[in-house]
Amino acid sequence: MKKKIMSLCLVLAMAAMTLAGCGGSSAGSDTFKIGGIGPTTGGAAVYGIAVRNAAELAIKEVNAAGGINGYQIEYKFEDDELDNEKSVNAYNTLKDWGMNMLIGSVTSGCCTAVAAESSNDNMFQLTPSGSSTDCTANNDNVFQVCFSDPNQGIGAAQYIGSNNLATKVAIIYDSSDVYSSGIYEKFVAEAANQPFEVVSTEAFTADSKTDFSVQLQKASDAGADLVFLPIYYTEASLILTQANTMGYAPKFFGCDGLDGILGVENFDTSLAEGVMLLTPFAADAEDAATQKFVSDYKAAYGDIPNQFAADAYDAIYIIKAAAEKADAKPSDSVADLGTKMEDAMRTITVDGLTGAAMSWDADGAVNKAPKAMQIINGNYSLIQ
Amino acid sequence: MSLLSYLINGISLGSVYAIIALGYTMVYGIAKMLNFAHGDVIMVGGYLIFTFVSTLNLPIPVGILLAVVLCTCLGITIEAIAYRPLRNAASSLAVLITAIGVSYFLQNVALIIFGANTKAFTSVVSTEPIKLFNEQITISGETIVTIISCVVIMTVLTLFVNKTKAGQAMLAVSEDKGAAQLMGINVNRTISLTFAIGSGLAAIAGMLLCSAYPSLTPYTGSMPGIKAFVAAVFGGIGSIPGALIGGIVLGIIEILGKAYISSQLADAIVFLVLILVLLIKPTGILGKKIQEKV
Repeated sequence: MKKKIMSLCLVLAMAAMTLAGCGGSSAGSDTFKIGGIGPTTGGAAVYGIAVRNAAELAIKEVNAAGGINGYQIEYKFEDDELDNEKSVNAYNTLKDWGMNMLIGSVTSGCCTAVAAESSNDNMFQLTPSGSSTDCTANNDNVFQVCFSDPNQGIGAAQYIGSNNLATKVAIIYDSSDVYSSGIYEKFVAEAANQPFEVVSTEAFTADSKTDFSVQLQKASDAGADLVFLPIYYTEASLILTQANTMGYAPKFFGCDGLDGILGVENFDTSLAEGVMLLTPFAADAEDAATQKFVSDYKAAYGDIPNQFAADAYDAIYIIKAAAEKADAKPSDSVADLGTKMEDAMRTITVDGLTGAAMSWDADGAVNKAPKAMQIINGNYSLIQ
Repeated sequence: MSLLSYLINGISLGSVYAIIALGYTMVYGIAKMLNFAHGDVIMVGGYLIFTFVSTLNLPIPVGILLAVVLCTCLGITIEAIAYRPLRNAASSLAVLITAIGVSYFLQNVALIIFGANTKAFTSVVSTEPIKLFNEQITISGETIVTIISCVVIMTVLTLFVNKTKAGQAMLAVSEDKGAAQLMGINVNRTISLTFAIGSGLAAIAGMLLCSAYPSLTPYTGSMPGIKAFVAAVFGGIGSIPGALIGGIVLGIIEILGKAYISSQLADAIVFLVLILVLLIKPTGILGKKIQEKV
């Protein structure tokens, strides 16, 4: 009997502690709690780590300069391993922590999964790099810092066409990935208006992403002089290696997913020489803001920041601008804060590292101009 | 001309499947269990060679030898710790579930030690590619080495099983464990030996797989592992030449399916063919039908 009473007491005590925990986090806080979600391990770890670090860097700067509307920012980043389910779990973990606003998820698939949850809470969500339109479609609370996939697909086709990079283009894309197939569809649609011909279109899926000999052989047989790769860098590094083994040397052109290819451990970067990619940030750009960001990032984390880092850095300043415009307070409920921030986002214009005068349309997609880069001597260089 | 090059690619991919399938088939033939952790031993082999050759800069043959020895030890350890205690369990499912557990265990340990970032494996093959028909067809050095290794391993293994005492003991255990024990064969040691050979081969398979497709992650072994299992079933599980035929046929079907039907449906086609073969010949191409005596 004694034991029973004892255990009952323990259960009650535990329940009381849980309740107390819930109460404490939602009311009476005097800091903004910004949560972040992205893959810091797994095949896309380069992106998640870049976002985590750059957002942290920006938050430190904002805090040092007095915070947002006088409130300091607390920051917590959760790993989702590029897995939709884990991303949603991370969202719930951050909500339990008392998050007011969310940066993430870093990748399109995860971002879409989290957006389905966050839209129910009207949690303000700003994804640095989730570029699929599914992230923002029908979700009033979700905004993008990066280009949406359709914009990237159209932009890539126009860039190749207007610079006469090729007459015959082959495409290799990942049909099991929303990012890749989203860009692919718009690229093909826009290609019809451009002075080049799409001669070969081959896909692969998440379960067959090691052997690309067939796709490359077909591109080569079709006489393609440019291969468009709207895919992530892990597969792209294999494609470059296999094309080299085959002795097939077309131009390769990709989107922001190729950013990071030079960071693959032990990868022979000479294979990536000449690869072109559309991405809004170049670490070697000469403006003062970029130079300062690159040197601060390098001092803090030892790496040269990529485009994802720049997107995340901008994201924090965009949140700051919107929150100041909306006169947001940490004591606002999540849903009220969401509504205020969403209204502010559609009116503000922000100058950032990834574009000047960024503005947002009703869907949450960003308007800014794309830039093209080329890998030269093992570095990303801006094409003037 | 492109058909020929597809066939060569298919045989190359198939040879890797065949070497992996050998590991499945030998263990199944002798211990009557599906070692689903086999694909992950391949991944461990790949990482070991990567560590020895690319990180520690050991000479390539030394690195390969060390990896084979370590993988062999790993195989024996897994068998002794995870499978042997369950060998006489009431349900054969127990070992199967344990094998899946071991598979996840190996993946997660690799995740902790090596991290999840993709590592580009430096090919251990330095042979120049052969170019045929005015450079219209290129056969990479990796392809040649893979196909030769596959044939050599297959021959040596067949000779070993048929000509040596240990090999004969394996055959006896695979026919009837109880009777073999009565005849004075050490069943435990024979099964350990099977795992040792299977895991040693896994290290070589890992080396060939990663040389041909140079990206190494903790999940590198899982999909080829499943495909090789299909190849083993396809060729008749338990049969060594069956693994060779199954692997190569599977590789060719996969590549040709990708080339001529649809690059997205390649995997579905592979499994469709498996179902058809099993409907017509339930024991696989070279599988023996063993009558259960009542």
